[in-house]
Amino acid sequence: MPSLSDMNTDDVTKLADIAAAEQTHDAHVTNVETRPAFFEWLCRMGDTTLILGQRLSEWCGHGPALEEDIALTNTALDLIGHTQLWLGLAGEVENEGRSADQLAFLRDALKFRNVLLVEVPNGDMGVTTMRQFLFDAFHYELLQRLTESTSPRVAEIAAKALKEVSYHVERSTDLVVRLGDGTPESHDRMQQALDILWSYTGDMFVSDGVDATMAEAGIAPSPDTLREAWLARVEDVLDEATLNVPDNASCIPAARPANTRSIWATSCPICSFCSAPIRAPAGSRWRGAV
Amino acid sequence: MYAQNVSTGTQGVRDADELSPEEAAFQARIDGNIKIEPKDWMPAAYRKTLIRQIGQHAHSEIVGQLPEGNWVTRAPTLERKAILLAKVQDEAGHGLYLYCAAETLGISRDELMNKLHSGEMKYSSIFNYPTLTWADMGAVGWLVDGAAIMNQVPLQRTSFGPYARAMVRICKEESFHQRQGYSIMMSMVSGTPAQKEMAQDALNRFWYPALMMFGPSDKDSVHSDQSMAWKIKMNTNDELRQRFVNETVPQAHYLGLTIPDDDLVWNEETGNYDFSQPDWEEFKAVLKGNGPCNRERLGARIKAWEGGEWFRDGLAAYAEKAAKRRVAA
Ligand SMILES: [Fe+2]
Ligand SMILES: [Fe+2]
Repeated sequence: MPSLSDMNTDDVTKLADIAAAEQTHDAHVTNVETRPAFFEWLCRMGDTTLILGQRLSEWCGHGPALEEDIALTNTALDLIGHTQLWLGLAGEVENEGRSADQLAFLRDALKFRNVLLVEVPNGDMGVTTMRQFLFDAFHYELLQRLTESTSPRVAEIAAKALKEVSYHVERSTDLVVRLGDGTPESHDRMQQALDILWSYTGDMFVSDGVDATMAEAGIAPSPDTLREAWLARVEDVLDEATLNVPDNASCIPAARPANTRSIWATSCPICSFCSAPIRAPAGSRWRGAV
Repeated sequence: MYAQNVSTGTQGVRDADELSPEEAAFQARIDGNIKIEPKDWMPAAYRKTLIRQIGQHAHSEIVGQLPEGNWVTRAPTLERKAILLAKVQDEAGHGLYLYCAAETLGISRDELMNKLHSGEMKYSSIFNYPTLTWADMGAVGWLVDGAAIMNQVPLQRTSFGPYARAMVRICKEESFHQRQGYSIMMSMVSGTPAQKEMAQDALNRFWYPALMMFGPSDKDSVHSDQSMAWKIKMNTNDELRQRFVNETVPQAHYLGLTIPDDDLVWNEETGNYDFSQPDWEEFKAVLKGNGPCNRERLGARIKAWEGGEWFRDGLAAYAEKAAKRRVAA
């Protein structure tokens, strides 16, 4: 058992200071003109990884096999790590003193900007696995493009995340193929999952004014330019998995008010219940000891 | 501990002249601190006891994911969420190492799972208590992982090789678990009065269940002697419990929290704290299945296992097809 003094070392703040001092200079971060769009776009990135990380965490301890439990948690951990980076940068760009935690936990469900696909409830492992694959394939294309961002900070985060997401997509691809071409039951469940999820995929490629500003500044690609590569990969994998790609028409996103993303208000994984602790009175402490 | 009250199926330790030549040679190896490996000859009772003990330990790791797992989505900051996720993931890993160690004794993971689900095998009583607030994540890391470390550190020297090696890997991670729990307690007690109250309440609820983790008192622990002769138990229950109390009381004082025991007092003569025993009737009731969360915990494990059957079958079927395709090619 560690001694009392062992239990009290708290280098966290020191480490954070060192990290802050090493931050790369990035003119986009302080550019007032693109600020609202850049902030909004960073929230989209961070919210997407947060919500999927949150969804995957729900499996913690309930996975179909220990190995799978561990792998799901691993992916969740990576995504929560990405969230810290994206929302941390969002807070800097916004320049109103909001931290990643405040952005993650203190906004109402309706202010979330994640892609719809990641919100879809876990369902069975078929839905969870298929959702992961459809998202990973998109995430991979996106991050790859982001490594060439004119914003060095964005490129940095993307490069780090890409290493992890390359593994995510490899893993989810493998599972989709195996389960699709496994038993008749696993095949049916995967097909069902695909049918449920397909209509949410179109939303990932919707491009609006925010995306246009980002593309113009060279910070991020317009999402519609990612669809072709995504679809090619997805069709390949589904074919190998002996699954049928649903009718393309069904993946045209439903109309929605501009900049509104969340539609699962009742099942939102970051509901007021989840974030209850941080809504505690001011002065409550949750971080390090000091 | 994670393995409480493990039966050895023997009637106490026999004298050297009652042992067969094989048994005597086996005991001599253990006495000489030479590890027993899976392919070595071993008495049937040693094998059986180890399967029970390692199995119970493995089950405790995976059932132990549940009380903390249910707070991952509600962790109050992203950093805390990540730390808790990593911790609960470690516990799944511990389960995995231990099931593998048990498999070397000739029992499969599926068989062990079935025994857990049928109630034939137990897991630690501690995981049948609920985690009601975020402070419980602190108390569990600090006290439950703390108690686990007390037991597992000596088990790194246990006589069965695969078990000892699993313990070495596990112990490395456990001290991180305990520190993250203590760090949660530290931030709670330096927060608002309501947070401090939450921390005290968590300590109040987990103190006695944590003491129970070491198993019944030595005088009621019938199987200890044989297990200690076999070096699959390295210290008595009371020794470990005393050590735990001695280490934990100053840590509670540092937090400004009160151990819920009016009779707790430092004994100058023995160099130990005197403390009150937990309610052993409650302990028995929890082991029998009547703790506050027994049904929920076991229910969740069974649901995960049964709900995952198609998934495991699907992967197995694919592997078989792929193997056939390789042969055909
Ligand atoms: Fe553990
Ligand atoms: Fe642990």
